[in-house]
Amino acid sequence: MGIAGPTVSVDIPGLKLYDMVQVGKAGLTGEVVRLEQGRAVVQVYQDTRGLAANEPALGMNEPLTVQLGPGLLSGMFDGLQRPLDRLRNLSGPFITTGEAIFPLDRDRIWQFSPAKRPGDRVSAGDFLGALHEGAFRHPISAPCAGKIARLCDGEFSLGGELGEMADGRAIPAVQPWPVRRARPYRRKLSPTLPLVTGQRSIDFLFPLARGGTAIFPGGFGTGKTILEQSIAKFAAVDIVVYVGCGERGNEMAELLEEFVTLSDPWSGQPLMQRTIVVVNTSNMPVAAREASIYTAVTMAEYYRDLGYQVLLLADSISRWAEALREISASLEEMPGEEGYPTYLTSRLAAFFERAGVVETLDGRIGSLSMILSVSPPGGDFTEPVTQACLRTAGAFFMLDTSLAHRRHFPAINWFQSYSLYQADMVAHFNSQVSPRWGELQLRCQQLLQREETLREVAEIVGVEGLQDADRLVMRVAERIRQDFLCQNAFTDDAFSAPDQTLARIAELIGCYDRAETQLKQGVFLDELLKE
Amino acid sequence: MRLSEHIYRTVSSIRGPLLFAQRVFAARIGEVVRISYPDGETAEGEILKIDGESVLIQVFGETRGLNLAATLVFTDAVKKAPLAEDVVGRVFNGSFLPIDGAPMFIPEQWAPITGAPINPTSRARPEEFIETGLTSIDLLNTLVKGQKLPIFSSAGLPAKEMTAAIVRQARLSGGGSFVVVFVALGLPHHEYSFYMDVLAGMQSDFVAFINRAGEPVMERLLAPRFGLAVAEYLAFTRGMDVLVVITDMTNYCDALREVSTAREELPGRRGYPGYMYSDLAALYERAGRIKGVAGSVTMLPVVTMPEDDITHPIPDLTGYITEGQIVLSRELHQKGVFPPVDVLPCLSRLMQRGIGKGRTREDHRAVADSLYKQYAKGRDLRRLEAIVGREGMVEKDRSMLDFADAFERELVHQGGERRNINASLDAGIALLRRFNSAAP
Repeated sequence: MGIAGPTVSVDIPGLKLYDMVQVGKAGLTGEVVRLEQGRAVVQVYQDTRGLAANEPALGMNEPLTVQLGPGLLSGMFDGLQRPLDRLRNLSGPFITTGEAIFPLDRDRIWQFSPAKRPGDRVSAGDFLGALHEGAFRHPISAPCAGKIARLCDGEFSLGGELGEMADGRAIPAVQPWPVRRARPYRRKLSPTLPLVTGQRSIDFLFPLARGGTAIFPGGFGTGKTILEQSIAKFAAVDIVVYVGCGERGNEMAELLEEFVTLSDPWSGQPLMQRTIVVVNTSNMPVAAREASIYTAVTMAEYYRDLGYQVLLLADSISRWAEALREISASLEEMPGEEGYPTYLTSRLAAFFERAGVVETLDGRIGSLSMILSVSPPGGDFTEPVTQACLRTAGAFFMLDTSLAHRRHFPAINWFQSYSLYQADMVAHFNSQVSPRWGELQLRCQQLLQREETLREVAEIVGVEGLQDADRLVMRVAERIRQDFLCQNAFTDDAFSAPDQTLARIAELIGCYDRAETQLKQGVFLDELLKE
Repeated sequence: MRLSEHIYRTVSSIRGPLLFAQRVFAARIGEVVRISYPDGETAEGEILKIDGESVLIQVFGETRGLNLAATLVFTDAVKKAPLAEDVVGRVFNGSFLPIDGAPMFIPEQWAPITGAPINPTSRARPEEFIETGLTSIDLLNTLVKGQKLPIFSSAGLPAKEMTAAIVRQARLSGGGSFVVVFVALGLPHHEYSFYMDVLAGMQSDFVAFINRAGEPVMERLLAPRFGLAVAEYLAFTRGMDVLVVITDMTNYCDALREVSTAREELPGRRGYPGYMYSDLAALYERAGRIKGVAGSVTMLPVVTMPEDDITHPIPDLTGYITEGQIVLSRELHQKGVFPPVDVLPCLSRLMQRGIGKGRTREDHRAVADSLYKQYAKGRDLRRLEAIVGREGMVEKDRSMLDFADAFERELVHQGGERRNINASLDAGIALLRRFNSAAP
């Protein structure tokens, strides 16, 4: 056996690529990333320190797999879907063990209402019945075709089976799924409905679609995490999967404590009931960090397949890319740009492809949207991860360091950001909220644009040197920035519904129109401002 | 556990700090190896890589005088730190050997120096206010217990005086004081003697790990881990509130780069290894509090930004891991402001929880926000002033310029004075009132 950092090479016959391998007496787990004659290279998910060269290794004959079933909601998992609270009961406040733990609670009692009876014939994917997971109806489908021999009616727990087929096969309520394989669906639909985030600058200027993807890159201190968490709290979706990927432990503690006390503004239910949290903080093992986004997206796809609107938030995808780079370097692969492996772009693209609105195998409509933060080194957006994301993401919210320094939050730059869903979403808002939506959006952008041009002039001649009409533009644009685009995440203003958003911008632009008319009638600006 | 010590004389090659040994049985990754030199000297090393029966050992310390006849003793254990409450009040070098003249204490327990990650669900949210006595921190970028808040300095700026002021003045909200774990990495003599004077004159308890500029580079990677192992022990086993000061993280990162290059690893940005983020995180993330356990680890690393560049990989990666940053400015230093904190790029991410009613004062957030806003405006106007001149500006703008000046001179500048939070808040309000801004 050979060991170098997190990679261990073993000689076990019959291994397949991406099979899980158990290494050493401590039961560390890893994944086969390279196969050679007589040697398999295993990427181990836990810290290998203390592992000896003569310890045993065992092939597990399956790839990295998550368990999907009722009870995932309000769960907190690490990158390998180990439940963190039960891990704490097992090993105390520090994570010292590599042991695998079944992610779901086997003892929890569920109420199952069957739709089929023993003796009924079903085909694979047929609806068998449902249970209630918090406020969500959780349907269960037939695992295979055949005749039902026994089906539970009422209480059951995941420790037992839900029923049995006539040929003796069990009907499980939990299904395993390999994380690196996208879950299948009947067909993909194009996104037509908006995903309301409650953030004015996003919903109004750069709207996002359900089933769409967005990234927001920003240097440190630009408010990525706060924005990500605000969206997790307020987004108009059914289920949120939040991935803390290589980020701060204290921030995750804050999020976990806060989410327990808040309620979902759309349904009134406790916020945690619609949330799944996957945490792999920056000091937890790198390989598990790489796996964490796949673990999360698989769980998100599972709820999409049950017919829900799911939003995956990851903070931050750069840490995932860095994990990929560390692993690639330890395998001594040929590096591409800035040391990242050349498959960075294709892996990212494949990950983004798992988002979308789909018609599921059993005919439901579900969606999976993604909003990912990016942490470009030095705040430089020309770096490979941001660029790779831009190739596939549907919306780009650029977080601006200079706005953040001025305490303008969310620090979304209104010139550089864009959304490819804009046209479709504006059409929707025009018909659903107000026919003025599109027109006001255009005017808002024009005002901000004019301000920028005027600012350059004002820097030379001073604001007082500008004409009244131009000073009015500057004044209104300032108010748009401060009263409309800024949103304090710590007050009630943190969430703004589309009609509130529209009312606010309509008022500001209305003010501008009135003042402009008065100016034309010969009233001086200074007098207008006094009012 | 091995029943006997494994001793080998199978060194096949030596390259810089790296040593290759052959035909080694059952080596562990990270295992500590004791090396006896032909002239009787000894050193320690650590196993970096195992390939079948050949192992690669990283030697801590000097490899001069080593030859292929060296003896290797494999200890069957990873690097551990000796721990006992008697560690308090002592000064050690980067290899955890006492340099204060007193004999080594008797350890009660040993712990691996790399520590283990805290389970995120076990973490208690940091929210207890720490009064550093500096207005630029207490009022505008509040530090809380369990936070990691680095000081970004530049060559020639008084980072050490500022660090010393915080170490001397920091008080917990209840009035309690800290145990300071002081880790010095690659310290030149003048800084060394400065800090030793500060520590000697301190009221509260401390533990120091000192690696001086001439001492082995490998110890710069070990000393912070020893320091943090001690800090975790004092905090979570002994229930103390610990303040860890590490100066200077730039020397740590340079040591990391040096060692990485010797290992022939692929260099990343500016030659620093690609895993530097994870490596730094493994240190910084050891700060925190744990639910149901008394004690806390608060961390104050000092980073000297090479070329005054905040986008340099060291401050950049640090800023991505820590909960904010305190940035020192050359311009303010030249104006004679001490501490020369440029509050605009500063940030404390955990401030929100640590301030307000019951923690500091109800008006804290409002005062801090108004000050920030006014000062940012004043700073913007300075650029305009440079173009059109003060005379070309309207009265309101001129007053804003004066505000920015007064803000730096009176609020940020403190000289040697310690201000408690009430004094800081009152000074802030007085300043706002004087310039007719809407004081809350």
